[in-house]
Amino acid sequence: MLSPALLFTIILIIVVFLISLVVAMYSTYGERKVAAFMQDRLGPNRAGPFGILQPMADGVKMFMKEEIIPQDSNKWLFILGPSIAMLTACMASAVIPWGKGLTIDGQFYSLQITDVNIGILYIFGVVSIGVYGIMIGGWASNNKYSLLGALRASSQMISYEIAMGLSIIALVMMTGTLSVREITEQQAGGHWNALYQPLGFLIFLICAFAETNRTPFDLPECETELVGGYHTEYSSMKLGFYLFAEYINMFISSAVISTLYFGGYNMPFIERFVSDPNLVSIIGTLFFFGKIFFFIFFFMWIRWTIPRFRYDQLMNLGWKVLLPLSILNIFLTGIVMWLMGKVN
Amino acid sequence: MTLQLFYFLSFLAVLSALMVVVSKNPVHSVLYLILTFFAIAGHYILMNAQFLAAVHIIVYAGAIMVLFLYVIMMLNLNTEVEPHKSKLLKIAATFAGGLLMVVMVGVIRQASETVPLNPTDTQMGLIKNLGKVLYTDFMLPFELSSILLLAAMVGSVMIGKKEIK
Repeated sequence: MLSPALLFTIILIIVVFLISLVVAMYSTYGERKVAAFMQDRLGPNRAGPFGILQPMADGVKMFMKEEIIPQDSNKWLFILGPSIAMLTACMASAVIPWGKGLTIDGQFYSLQITDVNIGILYIFGVVSIGVYGIMIGGWASNNKYSLLGALRASSQMISYEIAMGLSIIALVMMTGTLSVREITEQQAGGHWNALYQPLGFLIFLICAFAETNRTPFDLPECETELVGGYHTEYSSMKLGFYLFAEYINMFISSAVISTLYFGGYNMPFIERFVSDPNLVSIIGTLFFFGKIFFFIFFFMWIRWTIPRFRYDQLMNLGWKVLLPLSILNIFLTGIVMWLMGKVN
Repeated sequence: MTLQLFYFLSFLAVLSALMVVVSKNPVHSVLYLILTFFAIAGHYILMNAQFLAAVHIIVYAGAIMVLFLYVIMMLNLNTEVEPHKSKLLKIAATFAGGLLMVVMVGVIRQASETVPLNPTDTQMGLIKNLGKVLYTDFMLPFELSSILLLAAMVGSVMIGKKEIK
């Protein structure tokens, strides 16, 4: 018989996995509706009321399409590409604290799958291996457009990872911990890190857009130059997995942004109105999801507002603007901490 | 459980390291090398060195190997374009590799006689303790290695420049 703690963790893993999938599914619907709203159209409205069943219809369509593996491609790597993309997209959710925790029968269960003491580095590691899905897929397709897309993706992700890591360093200096839960706990009562680290937050946000390959950084799949980018040769559900992984990544990066910079599951003033700790925790989780949905909307908002960069502009922004700015941010954080007497 | 994991990871590391050498396609070699790094990161976690494992994945698997893969994909190497080396060179390489192995085995035999300092301390590899040790006991080597890295960085920027005036 499994111990209750282990059972709770297993249930939590399954629930988090399902939630990521459902949120990603409905992000595709949300994206079309947001795009339609911004362009003064109606958007999908045929499948079910308000087109609410559209993601199901898309899924069925994807599965029913003919599956083509190009003759001269590397078969195993061709299948491995989308698999890695999906795997790494789902892995990062393990260290995100989804809520404070529930007390059942006098025992406390944390709403975080695992609280490793290097949580931020774990997220960072998962993000950094996520690029292999695109690279392997693009190379195995044996297609010049795919290869160019893969090369663009890898150089873009490496360039922006550096600025992202440096912006996190300033945050870690301030909070003094690498554990995601401790960072969240320190922001209780409205002390959101975005207020103390505005520059770091801005750099992190821009890098998050680049890491998820969203517009204005969607050069790896830029259809006007590269047909479809790294997934030109993909069809059926393997293409679906690539597109789906992008939406899961968007969900996870929204969750990471809200956790690191916007207080995570902490809801200000909630303790004054509700006394039951379980209820506080559940309301906090709902508030957390509210922030996540806002950031997912923000991702879409940007996509349908700003055109994409040219490739040299992208590299200039990464190396000549964001990197020096994030180093400056580290210096400023250090000086302010020294002036406030937090370092001896 | 830990012992089985150790054997599994060791098997994986040795097998994929062999495949790096054996496989004909350079892209496959790089992918097997990444697998080797993951197996070694697993070993670090077994030794309670979580920070080392995470940094190992981020730096080696996440950055250096991506650049390797990048270059190999750009060059588009395959078995047809690979120049064939002479027999003499192959024999010499085997001999040199064998000598290196003899040296390694000798070092490992010596090392087995030393006693670990804190065999039962499970907190040793945690980032807090690691940072304290690095910035107190090993301050000088740590700073020296950072100067070395800086020199390498300046050098690569210089080489990367199109023309030196």
